[in-house]
Amino acid sequence: MKKEKPTYAALFAHTFTISAFTIGGGYVMLPMMRERFVEKLHWINEDELAELTAIGQSSPGAMVVNTNVLMGYRLLGFWGAVCALLGTALPPLVILSVVFCFYDAIRGNSYVSAGFRGMRAGVSAVIADTVIDMAAPYLKREKMLYIPIMVLAFVFAWFFDVNVAVIIISCGALGAIFGILRDRRRRSS
Amino acid sequence: MIYLRLFISFCIIGVLAFGGGYAALPLIQEQCIEINQWLSMSEFSDLLTISQITPGPIAINSATFVGMKVAGIPGAIVASLGFMFPPFIIVTLLFLVFKKYGHLTFIQDIINGLKPAVVALVAVAALGVLTETLWDGAEVTVASIDMFSAVLALAAFIIIRKWKTNIITTILACGVLGVLWEFVSAFLV
Repeated sequence: MKKEKPTYAALFAHTFTISAFTIGGGYVMLPMMRERFVEKLHWINEDELAELTAIGQSSPGAMVVNTNVLMGYRLLGFWGAVCALLGTALPPLVILSVVFCFYDAIRGNSYVSAGFRGMRAGVSAVIADTVIDMAAPYLKREKMLYIPIMVLAFVFAWFFDVNVAVIIISCGALGAIFGILRDRRRRSS
Repeated sequence: MIYLRLFISFCIIGVLAFGGGYAALPLIQEQCIEINQWLSMSEFSDLLTISQITPGPIAINSATFVGMKVAGIPGAIVASLGFMFPPFIIVTLLFLVFKKYGHLTFIQDIINGLKPAVVALVAVAALGVLTETLWDGAEVTVASIDMFSAVLALAAFIIIRKWKTNIITTILACGVLGVLWEFVSAFLV
C-alpha cells in the first residue's frame, strides 16, 4: 500500500475533514487525530502526539488549533502550520455562519435535536475509548510515578473546577521536580 | 471602525484564553456583552447552545457568531482571525523554543508531567459529554437517565473497543439511530 506523504494540500484536507466532525468541543478531535495521523497515515507517532497536545494545551487559545498548528510546523514548517490553522478553523467558521442564518428554523426541530443527541452519545463513547488508550501506558512500572499526577489533575479539574491553566502549570512543575529528584538520586548512588 | 474593534476584542480573548474553550467564555462575555454590547445575555446562551451542536472549538464558534451578527461574513472572518492570531504567535515561539531546547532533559521532564495532566483533562471532557448525554441538563439522578442515550453510548463504546470502527462513521451512525428512535417513538406514543 502506498502511503500518503504529508503535503500542504493533504495537511489542509485532513485537518479540515477532522475539524468538520468535532461536535462537542476540542477533546473529541484528539481521538480523530490519533486515528488519522498516528494509526492510518503514520505522520507522527503516539508519543509525539501526546507531546504536541501537552504543548498545545499549555498555550492560550483553542487546544486543537494549537495542536494542529504544532503538527503542521513539525511536518512542513511555517506554511504547514498555516495550512493546518486554516484547515482547522474553516469548518466551524463556515458551518456556524450557515447555522446562524437558519438558527430559528433549526432550533425547534425535534428530529435535528434527536440526531444531535444520538451523535453526542457516540462522542462520549469515542472519548471514553481514547481515555482508556491514553491512560493504559501509565500502568507500566517505569511510568507509574506519573499516576498520582493524573489522579490529582483529574480530581482538581472535575470536583473542584480548578482552571485548566493552573492545573497545567502545576503538573509541569511537578514533572520538573520529579526530574530533579531523579537526577539527585542518580548522582548520590 | 467595527472590523478593527472586532479584531482587537477577539485578540484580547485569544491572549487570555488559557485552558481551552470554557476558559474563554467569561472573557467573551466581558468583551461582547459588557464592554461592547454586541450581544444580549439571551443571545449569549443561544450561542452556547449552537456551539454544543456544531463542530469546532467554542471560541471560534463564538467569534463567528458575534462577527456575523455585528458585521456579516467579513465580521465573522475578522473576529475568528483575531481570536487565532495571538495563540498562533505564541505557539510559533513555543515550537521554536521546543525545537532548540526540546532535547534537554529539563524540558522533557516538564512535558512528562504535562502528559498525564492531558489524559486527566480528556477524562474530564469525557465525563462532561457523558453527563450531557445521559441527563441533558436535567437533575442528575438514577431515575432521570435518558435510557436510549445510555444504551446507545454503551453499545457504541463496546463496538469501538472491540472492532476499532472508524470514528466519524460511528458518530454519524449514532446520529442516524437518534433520528430513527425519535421517529419510532413519535409513532408509538
